[in-house]
Amino acid sequence: MTDTAAAGPLPKPKRDFLPVLLPAAFALLMLPLVGSASSWATLLAASLAMGMMIFIMASGLTLVFGLMDVLNFGHGAFIAVGAYVATLVFLPLAGLSQADSLASNLAVLVPAAVLSMGVTAMLGLLVERVLILPVYGQHLKQILMTTGGLIVAEQTLYALWGPQIIPMPLPASLRGSFIFGDVAIAKYRLLAMLVGLVVFISIQLVLNRTKIGLLIRAGVENREMVEALGYRIRRLFLGVFMVGAALAGLGGVMWGLYREQVHASIGDELTVLVFIVVIIGGLGSVGGCFIGALLVAMVANYGGFLVPKLALVSNILLMVAILMWRPRGLYAVTSR
Amino acid sequence: MMILSGDPPRSRLLAVLLIVIIALLLATPWLFPGAKAMNVAVKICVFAVLVASYDLLLGYTGTVSFAHTMFYGIGSYAIAIALYAMGPSWAAIGTGVVVGLPLAMLLALAIGLFSLRVAAIFFAMITLAVASAFQVLASQMSWLTGGEDGRTFRLPELLRPGTVLIEKSAFGFEINGRTLTYYLVFAVSMLLILALLRVVNSPFGRVLQAIRENRFRAEALGYRTVFHLTYANCIAATVAACAGVLNALWLRYVGPDTSLAFSIMLDILLMVVIGGMGTIYGAIIGAGIFIIAQNYLQTLMGTASTAAADAGLPLLPGLLHPDRWLLWLGLLFIASVYFFPTGVVGRLRRPKAGG
Repeated sequence: MTDTAAAGPLPKPKRDFLPVLLPAAFALLMLPLVGSASSWATLLAASLAMGMMIFIMASGLTLVFGLMDVLNFGHGAFIAVGAYVATLVFLPLAGLSQADSLASNLAVLVPAAVLSMGVTAMLGLLVERVLILPVYGQHLKQILMTTGGLIVAEQTLYALWGPQIIPMPLPASLRGSFIFGDVAIAKYRLLAMLVGLVVFISIQLVLNRTKIGLLIRAGVENREMVEALGYRIRRLFLGVFMVGAALAGLGGVMWGLYREQVHASIGDELTVLVFIVVIIGGLGSVGGCFIGALLVAMVANYGGFLVPKLALVSNILLMVAILMWRPRGLYAVTSR
Repeated sequence: MMILSGDPPRSRLLAVLLIVIIALLLATPWLFPGAKAMNVAVKICVFAVLVASYDLLLGYTGTVSFAHTMFYGIGSYAIAIALYAMGPSWAAIGTGVVVGLPLAMLLALAIGLFSLRVAAIFFAMITLAVASAFQVLASQMSWLTGGEDGRTFRLPELLRPGTVLIEKSAFGFEINGRTLTYYLVFAVSMLLILALLRVVNSPFGRVLQAIRENRFRAEALGYRTVFHLTYANCIAATVAACAGVLNALWLRYVGPDTSLAFSIMLDILLMVVIGGMGTIYGAIIGAGIFIIAQNYLQTLMGTASTAAADAGLPLLPGLLHPDRWLLWLGLLFIASVYFFPTGVVGRLRRPKAGG
């Protein structure tokens, strides 16, 4: 084993930096169009926050697809369930979350997020065992099964909580904005950016610096080879699926707080957005998913500011443009 | 057998079932002259067409599209906008058809050329995204589509309920414009389904099935699979737009809820799976079973829900509430994909053991 290592370092894979520059270029391009620097910066902050939240939700979906060739059309259900579970903590503890102290606010926020992630991870376990296990390798049935799962989950939410919109106000210390000169950045957006960045960096670290990450990456490249080496890739996949579901749940909590309301339809609404992000990024690529999320959020924010009428179809236009350039998404995962 | 394109039901029970459904549909205005029964019958006709056209995609080519309601909606809206803007005339209906059907076809062509090149899963995601954008667009462009309220319009003189063609005294029942519209919808639906049977049993249909079974092999045999898939997508979209036209003509109203909602897409999926994928006949069976259940079982669920509430049971009233009907359908859907992937028709056609 050491002999090969002594033969010299492996040739570095060619890095492809073009897509990375895309969000930055897009943001710079918008500067003269928006005109005022302060509103440009505010919009940029809004885009980054929204992009990070979308990334958190989409990352699990893209990993699951990359690893196991399973596309979960019911991913939105995890988002909705995560948001609803958070209301279980937020509503009874409204006193704590509205108190003007960061500590007591966090005492609500952290347990809510943890509980949501736990519940959605368990739900992920259930979904993987019941819905996905019987239909491995059959795309058509996977789509049908997981769509059925989405219907059932959404209707169960309606049955348990009722069809009305549930308000979920932000904790007191997260309201308001920080003012830098004449740029106002909402505190919650800053938090969202921070959490998103932490999630992104941890995923990258786990994927690139740990043995599990190595196995996941190897599984994406060639599943059978990893199995032949004696690893139980099904179990690995189950783990990734549960983490993906938990991340979707976390994204749901954050989105619910961002909108300050929760409704079972956010599952449907965000499924579409998350799909667009995953397609743009290239199915299976976490880095592509990150860039895709930022791009979608930027187009939504700047587009909504400059041409409000266009905002409705801007995502689709973005997707068409990207796919014209790279038909399999920004970073195409090999062998798919 | 010519009329069935050489593809008979191939099961005695299935044939009997089909004949019963079609005979009942044919006789609905006589047997059950009430408004509700007529609505149910029309819905079965319209959805049988819609589901059959979807089956061409899902069952015969194995591609999942989530944009089928979009094409259905384009047909509905084309007729509605034409009749609304030009007044109740046959010219308006003609305009709606001439504008709506090609529009649906071109959009299907664009989506197909754009996304059918790659994996089926890609197509499913892109159609979902496009359809949801279209739905938002239709509800926002209220100057054209009436927004969330939709458009109510009037039909030409001949098709109105007030127009009495044959007096009641002649046969003991009355033939009015409404009856005429009913038979128009019925006849066009049957023709469209027969046309789809023709398509799937043509050499073209065989290629589609070959692509479903093994796209790579079909390509290796020299078939341009993208061309075939796009063609099938265009045919399915056009037929779906026809179904939309029929539905709009019957309802005399079109809005996002009746023609574009995502729940309609789910209904279509359910009907295809229940009826049996890849067997145009499954569309008639699936639509029949599903719509009758939808209209009559929901009442039953309401009764059960109230009974459970009176008995003081927890949770059950909520789960049995008529609005939660989709919950049970979703469970049924998962179960049928899992246990009966071939649907009712597949079950009935299954060769008997030892026979």
